[in-house]
Amino acid sequence: MDFLLWVRGPGFDIALVVFLIGILIRLLEVLILGRKPDYSEPRGAELGAGLRTVLTRTLPEQGSFKRSPFTVVGGYVWHIGFFITLFLFVPHIELINATIGLSWPGIASNLIDAVAAVTIVALLAMLFNRLSHPVKQFLSGPEDYLTWLVTFLPMLTGYLAYHRMIDPYPLVLGLHILSVELLMVVFPFTKLMHAFTFIIARWYNGAMAGRRGVQS
Amino acid sequence: MSEATIERGLNAFREQMNAPIASFFSSCVNCGMCAEACLFYTETGDPKYTPINKLEPFRRVWEQEYTLWGKLKSLLGMSKPVTDELLEEWEPLVYDACTLCGRCSMVCPVGNDISYMIRRAREGFVAAGYAPEGIKGASRRAITIGSPMGVKYPALAAQIKHIEADTGLTIPVDVEGVDYMALLSSMEIMNFPEYMEALARIFKQAGVTWTISSEAFEATNSGIQIGSSDIARELVNRVVVAADKLKVKYVISPECGHAYTAIRWEGPNLIGRPYNFKVVHILELLDELRASGRLKTEGMEDDRLTFHDPCQIVRKGGVLEPPRNLLNMVASNFVDMQDPREMNWCCGGGGGVSANERAEELRIKVFKRKKSQLDDLNVDTLVTACANCRLIIEEGLEEYRMEIPVVGLTEMIAEHLVDEKSE
Repeated sequence: MDFLLWVRGPGFDIALVVFLIGILIRLLEVLILGRKPDYSEPRGAELGAGLRTVLTRTLPEQGSFKRSPFTVVGGYVWHIGFFITLFLFVPHIELINATIGLSWPGIASNLIDAVAAVTIVALLAMLFNRLSHPVKQFLSGPEDYLTWLVTFLPMLTGYLAYHRMIDPYPLVLGLHILSVELLMVVFPFTKLMHAFTFIIARWYNGAMAGRRGVQS
Repeated sequence: MSEATIERGLNAFREQMNAPIASFFSSCVNCGMCAEACLFYTETGDPKYTPINKLEPFRRVWEQEYTLWGKLKSLLGMSKPVTDELLEEWEPLVYDACTLCGRCSMVCPVGNDISYMIRRAREGFVAAGYAPEGIKGASRRAITIGSPMGVKYPALAAQIKHIEADTGLTIPVDVEGVDYMALLSSMEIMNFPEYMEALARIFKQAGVTWTISSEAFEATNSGIQIGSSDIARELVNRVVVAADKLKVKYVISPECGHAYTAIRWEGPNLIGRPYNFKVVHILELLDELRASGRLKTEGMEDDRLTFHDPCQIVRKGGVLEPPRNLLNMVASNFVDMQDPREMNWCCGGGGGVSANERAEELRIKVFKRKKSQLDDLNVDTLVTACANCRLIIEEGLEEYRMEIPVVGLTEMIAEHLVDEKSE
């Protein structure tokens, strides 16, 4: 089938190039700006405090958790679920192995299936929450819904492909791969970039506070 | 201030752009959690007060000029420009509804330091001419008269004379070669002169050599609040010149939050070099004196009391332990509020909000956050260490008919000095 061949071949190559070069450009755009030297006498060291914040911000501040439990729990569930299905599903590992020669053990596919189902439900719930929560609804624009969509589609098409819910199988597999390529192409140009830049952001936050003697 | 135009504003935004800001804007996914950390949202429920939303004009400049995709969008006419109308619409969000307290910066899951961004965004607003009259006026007075409240040296000299006559203490002025030069806030000079008296008492007992400069006694810095580095630099420079002239080793930042941020953290960067002296907050100095045994107190307050952590001194200033070390010296029944220390809630008057009459109604409304923190505790006394917080809290308590006296920590320490008859 030509479609499947294209998405597996040239389509994937194009997406990968856009993804990698795009991310590189975006990271350079940030880092190249630098910052001016700080002449104030530091109370604490920047490096360690920055690295600590990179890790500690993974857990919510207590009061924030109480006030935004859905955002926190929903966020954890779908992020973790997404990464489990992406990196621990055996066919995905085989693809990565064939591409870059790295391999690791996967987990049982029926378990992946359950995780994928939970992730899909969590993503739908997050979308519903974005549409109904006054703050999120107020803040959200087209980009927020676009990034949701391109994240959701690989999960959905993967689920449909795994359960062979669309006939013929090469079509649904092709759609799945195409949706991943869409995600990769959109990624560098949108807030999906947070998956990389959050490390820089957290570091600066922690470093600047640490300099003043506060662990942020 | 030279004439303000949108071009100057855009240039100021560009000057403020750096890697931290770009990483912050790149990382925001509009999760909305910063709203829940901001008293302007929690007390009003209005989503426009979500901290990250206050940065929309600055964000547009970043997207359109500092990202490849944004530049392409601009070329294709797909982006919304930053106009006078936009800045006019956002001005109340940036100045009336943000105290630069920095609580949002502590909770953002991707690590955005939002108050750092707002401080920088104000540079663009003021350069474009969009800043509240109240803060503009305070800045003008600070530059031309030397104090945002219009306090000139003769007024300070009168207060000093008064205190000296009342207490027999000496308040040294323009003494060269002493260790410390003390700064004051106008509010302390006019509303809370007890602070100066407290300094004189404590330093006498501890054997600290100090002075006030008649040329640079004002610690507050309206330039920091309005977001004008030019004004802020001029004001910091006055202190630097006076401290160098008097050849002091240390400059003492008073019980005023943003003054500490200005002189301790922003000052050296404004003048573009490290100082020849060190800056200490008065609470840091008192804590040092305590630790070295030079500060001796007697008697304990047995009132149930709590401490309001001034944002700029604690969360943004890093003076975390001294207030509690000092309180434990003189208070036997001290209780912390919920969310103390670096997670404390702002009084609602920081970042220039207290100088902005237009913001008063909103400020009183968001004081409900502090009110509910206090309602939970049922305390007899509230102690704090910022003249601005103190005034704002006193006003808030009066508005909500709560009878809790508000005391400055330095004065409380002074009242317990050994050898005092008042005990």
